[in-house]
Amino acid sequence: MFPNAFDYAAPTSLDEAVDLLSRYGDDAKVLAGGQSLLPMMKLRLAAPAWVIDINRVPELDGRRESDDALILGALTRHSAIEWDRDLDADYPLLRETAALIADPLVRNRGTVAGSLAHADPAADWAACLMALGASVTARGPQGDRLIPVEDLLVDTLTTSLELDEIITGVTVPRPAGRAAAKSLKLERKVGDFAVVGVSLQVEVGSGGAVSRVGIGLAAVGPTALRAREAEAVLMGRPLGPEVIREAAALAAAAADPASDRRGSAAYKRDVVRVFVERGLTAVQHRLADGQALGA
Amino acid sequence: MHIEVTVNGRLRSADVEARTLLAYLLRDEFNLTGTHVGCDTTSCGACTVIWDGLPVKSCTVLAGQVDGGAITTVEGLEQDAQLHPLQQGFWDNHGLQCGFCTPGMLMTTYALLQRRPHPTETEIRQAISGNLCRCTGYQNIVAAVQQAAARLSAQDAMEEVQA
Repeated sequence: MFPNAFDYAAPTSLDEAVDLLSRYGDDAKVLAGGQSLLPMMKLRLAAPAWVIDINRVPELDGRRESDDALILGALTRHSAIEWDRDLDADYPLLRETAALIADPLVRNRGTVAGSLAHADPAADWAACLMALGASVTARGPQGDRLIPVEDLLVDTLTTSLELDEIITGVTVPRPAGRAAAKSLKLERKVGDFAVVGVSLQVEVGSGGAVSRVGIGLAAVGPTALRAREAEAVLMGRPLGPEVIREAAALAAAAADPASDRRGSAAYKRDVVRVFVERGLTAVQHRLADGQALGA
Repeated sequence: MHIEVTVNGRLRSADVEARTLLAYLLRDEFNLTGTHVGCDTTSCGACTVIWDGLPVKSCTVLAGQVDGGAITTVEGLEQDAQLHPLQQGFWDNHGLQCGFCTPGMLMTTYALLQRRPHPTETEIRQAISGNLCRCTGYQNIVAAVQQAAARLSAQDAMEEVQA
């Protein structure tokens, strides 16, 4: 199989990449890891006239840390996160999530920012980064703007990016308290789309009460979702079986799954409940065992 | 478009359409048909090659992307008519039956052993989770990789003694 014919550009600077996007707009697609774009082009689900390959733009590589955040360059591959154990100290949810994505070969090419821009509701990063309260920086002809991941994802395969904007990086806030995290995913086989995914991170204050919590849900709505009511019920309370069951029920209620060949809506909703309960229970044990930031 | 790429240590060039995929560049332009195209949908891993040190599915990379880069294919494993210890491991342990998935299995596990010379069984199984085999049930593939890991580390130890 091969895609429709297209013109290929490989800019070597960010300005050049933005210029090309401004010029070709809707006729262009940005190629980062290509692990969703190229299969879609081969299946003729996408047929851009221009492919703008950003892999030779050095400004988009690498990552840096500030006092209160980790900033991932747009070309950060899933495997670069998966293999970096140093991230666990401050950002425990990132490696948890990276290791569940697709398969190891796809993870060597696919990028965090590319996954967000593709906006597949079953994507693992969207739920994870929503749970973490992350934002993307988008560069357009007018300059940079910061977009929270929740505002970036508008609908299935649809983002709030303008046609001439490109994601340059992803900003992940550093937890203020002790944090522990868990990612869970049900898939029929390695590499298949998720049936259900849950990514969650909990921070606790000195008394053990929850001071921040993010619960992201994948594959159970038109975009990744954040289970806000489940988060609210946990705030200010120590994790325990009762409040965890309460939160799990609220997360299941927040899910908006569709029945398809991967399962009925009712089944998927119940998997959300089970995964949130399992995830929060795992986090409770990790916090108690001291496998967490600041412990 | 014009492409220059180092394949198995040799600089090669080709003129191809922008939509040409790496797997087809290797097979159709360079006659390196050891790289197999199985599913052609980023699922099976038969087309796995090493690109600048990392194993990737070559059916899901454009030929133009590897311009200036370095590729290792299954043809690059054998040295001086000697099978690579991984290839010998597959031979000795019956790590293949029909052989279609084998080039991808070899390249994926070659990269694994470069990164982790002493992988656990779980690490081997995780590493090949993007490579499908419909014959062996994977057991003999895992045994082949374990044998190769042991031989390679014994070789390294010998070289250290000699040095």
